[in-house]
Amino acid sequence: MRLLLRIHTLLVLFFLYLPIAVIVVLSFNQSRFGVQWRGFTTAWYEKLFHNPRIALYAENTLVVALASTLIATVLGTLLALGLYRYRFRGKGLLRFLLYVPVVIPDIVMGVALLLFFAWIREATGFFRLSLLTIILGHVTYQLAYVALVVRSRLASLDPALEEAAADLGAGGFATFRYVTLPLIWPGVLAGALLAFSLSLDDFVITFFTAGPGSTTLPLYIFGSVKRGVTPEIHALSSILIAASMAGVLLGRALLRRR
Amino acid sequence: MVVPALFMLVASFLQRGPHGTLIGPLTLANYLRFFGLTETGFDPLYLLILARSVFFALVVTLLTLLLGYPLAFAIAQSRYRELLLLLVVLPFWTNFLIRIYAWIVIFQKKGVVNAFLGMFGLEPLALYPSWFAVYTATVYTYLPFLVLPVYTAVERVDWTLHEAAQDLGAGRFRSFLHAVWPQTLPGVVAGVLLVFIPALGTFVISDLLGAGRVILIGNVIQQQFGVVRDWAFGSAAAYVLMGLVLLGLWLYARRAGEEGLDRLI
Repeated sequence: MRLLLRIHTLLVLFFLYLPIAVIVVLSFNQSRFGVQWRGFTTAWYEKLFHNPRIALYAENTLVVALASTLIATVLGTLLALGLYRYRFRGKGLLRFLLYVPVVIPDIVMGVALLLFFAWIREATGFFRLSLLTIILGHVTYQLAYVALVVRSRLASLDPALEEAAADLGAGGFATFRYVTLPLIWPGVLAGALLAFSLSLDDFVITFFTAGPGSTTLPLYIFGSVKRGVTPEIHALSSILIAASMAGVLLGRALLRRR
Repeated sequence: MVVPALFMLVASFLQRGPHGTLIGPLTLANYLRFFGLTETGFDPLYLLILARSVFFALVVTLLTLLLGYPLAFAIAQSRYRELLLLLVVLPFWTNFLIRIYAWIVIFQKKGVVNAFLGMFGLEPLALYPSWFAVYTATVYTYLPFLVLPVYTAVERVDWTLHEAAQDLGAGRFRSFLHAVWPQTLPGVVAGVLLVFIPALGTFVISDLLGAGRVILIGNVIQQQFGVVRDWAFGSAAAYVLMGLVLLGLWLYARRAGEEGLDRLI
């Protein structure tokens, strides 16, 4: 039984890593077409680094990820605090709604945002599809993730600490700044990291909210796959794979230190 | 999030105007068309696509369960559980499109599988585009979603019950079925939802690995908002999908409560 489980584990791991290995190996393959090995080369990486469009797409991706993460982290944390601290009508519904963006198929959110932006554009002339609409689109679902992560941190908070701060004469803001925030900080950070990587990886929401001139790396990869791929894509993918793996390991190390 | 959803609800009751605009008056026509009731009679095209999508998502969920459930046990009982857990989630954090594209490279006519078969002098297989390719990539994509909640449940299993059942004369299988499986059920249900729902709504995987031959409900929605530009009908289709998902989520929330919802993150 134990042996069977072990074999099963190895097979699943093989299944999980085969696609990644294939891409990385191909990115060093001299052959332009097909998967036959024709010798080692780093030429695709050099071509990639001299492609100014890729630099622009990477910049777009990072701008979207940083801006949306910042907004979503602030709003999501406030939302979690509001849910933690106050009682109001419709709170139960709001709590249920928090889980909806996490669970709902992303295509539904994507098309809803597309319609919404089109409507506002017609009414006001604002919200031409651009990086701004992508950022707002990302915030709508990141917000829920951040709020949920921060809320689970708040749930383990000892209310006596806040009360003690108030008894010692700290005002509402001082209590928040010196007591609550440091205590929930790991949750805020974890939520922000999650939001950031979700934004970097997102394709579907971006697909429906992006306009001309706001291409991100995932959109570019999708377009290339549909048009037929050049080996530069393998090099780009390998770099992204390496970057995200490094990011995950770094994030884990950061969170563990706390 | 709520406001765009309400906009879409209105849109789903409008009609398609010239150049893909939305015009009134309000109508039920989009929903009637989705459920097959057209002016020319009963045409179950979209109902069949919906049924096909549900079937697809069910099979994907079952396959993920077959792969992921034993894996969760293997991880929980391993000396290297930290490492294994990391290895399972790591591919999930690499770009989704790259992983989907990799399956094209593996399955295409002159791809990895056929190159491998060729080494043994075997005939190449037509694996791409195909349902098989779409199934493989979907199971691949959502496997970690199932493994994580199941693992959390397995880690908390009280094994003394298993031993007690065996001491009382139950066979290994029976004691597993009655003493262990029920304890992992909350994790399994959460994992099943986390796989079933995105599999039901996928359009990227079926689009890329099915190359137009595999049409699921997600593809219908995407086409209505893309090439066809019938936003009203697309909204109605999206609402049918969302309705199904929300109904499932609501039923789950009623049974499993907030603690159960928390298992979904």
